[in-house]
Amino acid sequence: MLGRWLLFLVVLLGGLAAGVAWLNVAGEAPVAAGATPANGTPEQVARGEYLVRVGNCMTCHTARGGTPWAGGRGIATPFGTVYAGNLTPDPDTGLGRWSADHFWRAMHHGRSADGRLLYPAFPYPDMSRVTREDSDAIYFYLRTLPPVRQAATPHALDFPYGTQAALAVWRALFFRPGGFEPDASRSAEWNRGAYLVRGLGHCAACHGGRNPFGATPERGMSLDGGLIPMRNWYAPALTAPEQAGVADWEADHVVALLRDGTSPRGSALGPMADVVYRSLQHLREDDLRAIAVFLKSLPQQRSAASSRKAPDPAQLEAGAGLYETHCADCHGKNGEGARSATGATMVPPLAGNRTVTMEPPANLIRVIVHGGFLPATRGNPRPFGMPPYGLVLTDAEIAALASFMRTSWGHAAGEVRPQEVARFRGGTGE
Amino acid sequence: MVETRARKFMRSLLAALAGLLMSAHLLAAPPQDSLAQRVIACTACHGQEGRAAPDGYHPRIAGKPSLYLFNQLVNFREGRRRYGPMVYLVDHLSDDYLREIAEHFAAIDLPYPAPAPARDAPALLSLGEMLALKGDESRKLPARAACHGRTLTGVAPAIPGLLGLPRDYLKGQLGAWANGQRRAHAPDCMADIARALTPQDVSAVAAWISSRPVPVPAKAADTLPAPLPQECGSVPR
Repeated sequence: MLGRWLLFLVVLLGGLAAGVAWLNVAGEAPVAAGATPANGTPEQVARGEYLVRVGNCMTCHTARGGTPWAGGRGIATPFGTVYAGNLTPDPDTGLGRWSADHFWRAMHHGRSADGRLLYPAFPYPDMSRVTREDSDAIYFYLRTLPPVRQAATPHALDFPYGTQAALAVWRALFFRPGGFEPDASRSAEWNRGAYLVRGLGHCAACHGGRNPFGATPERGMSLDGGLIPMRNWYAPALTAPEQAGVADWEADHVVALLRDGTSPRGSALGPMADVVYRSLQHLREDDLRAIAVFLKSLPQQRSAASSRKAPDPAQLEAGAGLYETHCADCHGKNGEGARSATGATMVPPLAGNRTVTMEPPANLIRVIVHGGFLPATRGNPRPFGMPPYGLVLTDAEIAALASFMRTSWGHAAGEVRPQEVARFRGGTGE
Repeated sequence: MVETRARKFMRSLLAALAGLLMSAHLLAAPPQDSLAQRVIACTACHGQEGRAAPDGYHPRIAGKPSLYLFNQLVNFREGRRRYGPMVYLVDHLSDDYLREIAEHFAAIDLPYPAPAPARDAPALLSLGEMLALKGDESRKLPARAACHGRTLTGVAPAIPGLLGLPRDYLKGQLGAWANGQRRAHAPDCMADIARALTPQDVSAVAAWISSRPVPVPAKAADTLPAPLPQECGSVPR
């Protein structure tokens, strides 16, 4: 009897392992034995140079202050730190021996030239939607970089996440190589926007949220918002009108936010400011407009009303006093903000500001603690800055201040507790 | 955050609060479309007009040579200096804007307050004075004055003055240079010097420099008295 159970268990485990293994190679054409490195035409190289801006590839593949594209930047995840690779054409430490087929396999299947599975800190669930033509253009651009000899920093992942077997299971559960399926009922512009958002732009990597296994829900199709692991910024839902939905915005304002980092309807903070600075401000106007058209078309779903308690009167009074002392001179007594003589936003209004009332209050807390500048862009080359108050105010004071703002000027977003300030104020900078 | 220590942290809290209150009161509402308004994120900690906060940590930036200030802003952005709040503020600002901010603070000409009276042993102060003014050739330590100017008020455009800096900041920076937490463009001459200093040397130099009054005017010299005794990557040749 025991023997039969044992046999059953062995067969079951064997079957699961075979299933995982099969799911990891399904649809993957083997790279031809004779595939060798090759160079592209000037047109392909120029196209690739533009596309790596769209994908913001260099930001992760360059260490802070390091040689561009030589890798070495650590991406902190809940499972440990993953270090980005060297994408320069150095034969030993970079992509120098890779063919365009190898590069396509990495982009589309998440597999390195040596056959190893790649960690999804490289967002290949999104990159998998990039066309072969675009993948080749990126490869040909990277071939033109000066080769830099810089060996990869080994990943520092906790057991068992550092094993290829664990990664294979993860992939079997959460990754299928995809492709972009245009929607024939939509315009070419809409389809271009969807391709950029869902593919190279990898917007879902933050705006899709992450499940407990670090995977983006719905294979990266969700844009329903989520806390960015480790960084503690909240990437708001692009599908909720009280978060970052833009269905009722003018397309021009969406373009302005993406290109300049600021618009009459809102501005880019934290990690999004970084994306504007390093990637989006360099995009062509037609691509920005296509993204705006796509984002405006996303179905909007209002979240349930806030279940937070109203702040107690003592907290509210403390918050009002702190607002008067620290905030009112710039943001105005009624949270109205300030505009320049030309009508440009100098100090953003807080009344009606979605960052103030958003659930969770992570970004409001982080802005109060860290202050910060909007990104310096061609459209806004000299942004205004806000001082960091994290050195001045206690967690309880920041909670009081946030609670006051969330329940003033017509807001009804409820209290913020000091424990939430303690939770959200920290986070890795990278 | 590496440059802070628990003790300084408490003091910087108080000082930053003082700075904030000051800037809040002196910046007349409504907000102006000016560079001073744009950079209140800086003056919250560095004091009104960048005159330094009385916390003994956040240094004065007003009147420092503009290229020195620009280099530091870029060093924070590119990881050669590490102080969380600074890195966060400059992370997505362009070279052009950082240069304009540097020039803004460099152009502010404010008198310095009198230094805190030295309470240190005369032997320590005289060691500090000797190291600062003469250096120690046997240990390849150039005189501070050979690089930072005869009056230690700096040399335009890239070498900062040392007088008027708080003792804790001076000690913190020399320590950070010695252990690699603060870096400058290669060749990093200050790292070589900091590594050659003993902890007692650091205390002595910081004590002596922070006890010296700042001459009037406190402007950086236009030229070096002689070629730099060693090559420094931050200083244009």
